[in-house]
Amino acid sequence: MRYVFKKCGTMLLTLIVVSLCLFIAFWLISGDPATHILGTGATPERLQALREELGLNAPLFVRYFRWLKGFLTGDLGTSYVYSLPVRDLLASKIPVTFFLAVFSFVLVCLIGIPLGLYTGRHAGGRADKIIMVCNQVIMSIPPFFSGILISWVFGMILHLFAPGGYVPFSKSAPAFFSYMIFPAIAIALPRAAMTAKLLRGSILEEAGKDYTRTAYSRGNTVNGVLFHHVFKNAFLPVLTFLGMSLANMLAGSLVVERVFNIPGMSNTLLTSIGNRDYPVVLAAVMWIAFVIIVINLAVDLLYRVLDPRTAQE
Amino acid sequence: MEKTSFRQRFKTYVSHLPHPGYFRAGLVITAIVLFVIIVGIFYMPYGPTELSPDRLQDPSLLHLMGTDKMGRDVFSRVMYGSRVTLLVAMGTMIIGAGCGILIGALTGFYGGALDEVVMRIMDALFAFPNVLLALVLVSLFGSGTFRVMWALGIAFIPSFARVVRSEYIRCKHMDYVKNARLQGVGNLRVIFVHILPNVKGVLLSNLLIGFNNAVLAEAGLSFLGIGSQPPYASLGQMIAEGQEVFFRVPSCVLGPGIVIVLMVLGFSLMGEGIRTASGTLEE
Repeated sequence: MRYVFKKCGTMLLTLIVVSLCLFIAFWLISGDPATHILGTGATPERLQALREELGLNAPLFVRYFRWLKGFLTGDLGTSYVYSLPVRDLLASKIPVTFFLAVFSFVLVCLIGIPLGLYTGRHAGGRADKIIMVCNQVIMSIPPFFSGILISWVFGMILHLFAPGGYVPFSKSAPAFFSYMIFPAIAIALPRAAMTAKLLRGSILEEAGKDYTRTAYSRGNTVNGVLFHHVFKNAFLPVLTFLGMSLANMLAGSLVVERVFNIPGMSNTLLTSIGNRDYPVVLAAVMWIAFVIIVINLAVDLLYRVLDPRTAQE
Repeated sequence: MEKTSFRQRFKTYVSHLPHPGYFRAGLVITAIVLFVIIVGIFYMPYGPTELSPDRLQDPSLLHLMGTDKMGRDVFSRVMYGSRVTLLVAMGTMIIGAGCGILIGALTGFYGGALDEVVMRIMDALFAFPNVLLALVLVSLFGSGTFRVMWALGIAFIPSFARVVRSEYIRCKHMDYVKNARLQGVGNLRVIFVHILPNVKGVLLSNLLIGFNNAVLAEAGLSFLGIGSQPPYASLGQMIAEGQEVFFRVPSCVLGPGIVIVLMVLGFSLMGEGIRTASGTLEE
């Protein structure tokens, strides 16, 4: 329990450090928001009035706390370019991006772990060799390229879905899922290959240890040793990797959304970067950072549950 | 000692690797990609930004990979774009590995409060995907080839710093370091002359992986329209542009895409060849 509190404390600290860094970085670089909004031709009086209105005259730390409070209560500020609350701009998009990332994560687990187990179990066999070479190739294909290939094969040749024909969840859930599965596969493929490879290597490493030999000598079958003894230990490094993958898939979905024309955060974020619309960029990045930090906490806690040895250190 | 030619020594080196087959295949693929890039420096069939009235041509002897929607020769653009991608990836590695080694070596060797603070920051940064970190940096400093290289370089620092740091912590209490100390060698010399060469094995495999990630990240960023700006070619950006016309001229996307895959595959196969093999489950 103390460990949980300690970890949560570290997480909060990381969150504060990250948000402060982001805030200061954007504040340093972004220049004067009032000039951004009104343009360079504005009169000094109007600039002054707008600064007062936006609360820009307060010291940096006061503004930081105001912004943090806003972030926590869901008020993300106002976009410079669209003069709309950032919340309205992002609210409908954040869930789409996160859904895509989580969906691909599920696929990575569903494909990667069984494949890793199989290749680890039959290491050195013909199937293992073929899968290993395929893994190596799949790992080298960037998701946006495989995304285009997938929409070509499944969309244009097999006619399983209409490329570019995104259906929102609110309209039709089955259509939404059957569309999202293709971008999710594109994001998941390289990660699933890496997971399989990592799990295979990890299983083989554990297989060389003494406890495996003991397990065999007690009359266990190969499958028995694999599932009851080796897998538990071999899975630990994979767990860390999967945690990192989930964060990586968030970035991956930003790229793949473009290929499949999915209205996630990608377009808003990139347009805002292009327009130097800092409140939007800051809010979007902070959201992603928040989720990544929470995922890391979850992985740490899960690791502790699965591997009690770490508790003794 | 018998004097052997470089070629001979290289052959023996390769045949003693854990997976010589993987390494050879990687070497061949990398050589092909490098050949295309190097030829591109001296000769390209057409200018990479040269427009022509022959739009959206399928591959032919005149245009090996066809032409894009503005009539530019895709093959020439691939030659140019892969050069850009390679240079950005190499620059990223130099910045990332250089700073990462420096930070990792100093924090790992000296430890203490500075180590705690720096590594906390590195850990926080490490949690973020490279592409995302680079996106934040690009949004702060603006886009463009060189800025993307810097942004990616900075984004790659934590991964190197962490690895190098843990190696230094492992090495700093070893006998050869104590021995050097007794001979009166200074701290900085111990760090860079005595310990650094012993870390190179770990560094090499990290460099190979890092290089691949850098190529993929650069391609991803330029696919998103950040990075080298039109009309100059970059592989990711060519794919983004080609996507609209993919169903008419697939080679617009397949050309640059396959070059990215080959570039990454070559290095990852070489890395795979160097890595030590483990046993099997049934023994």
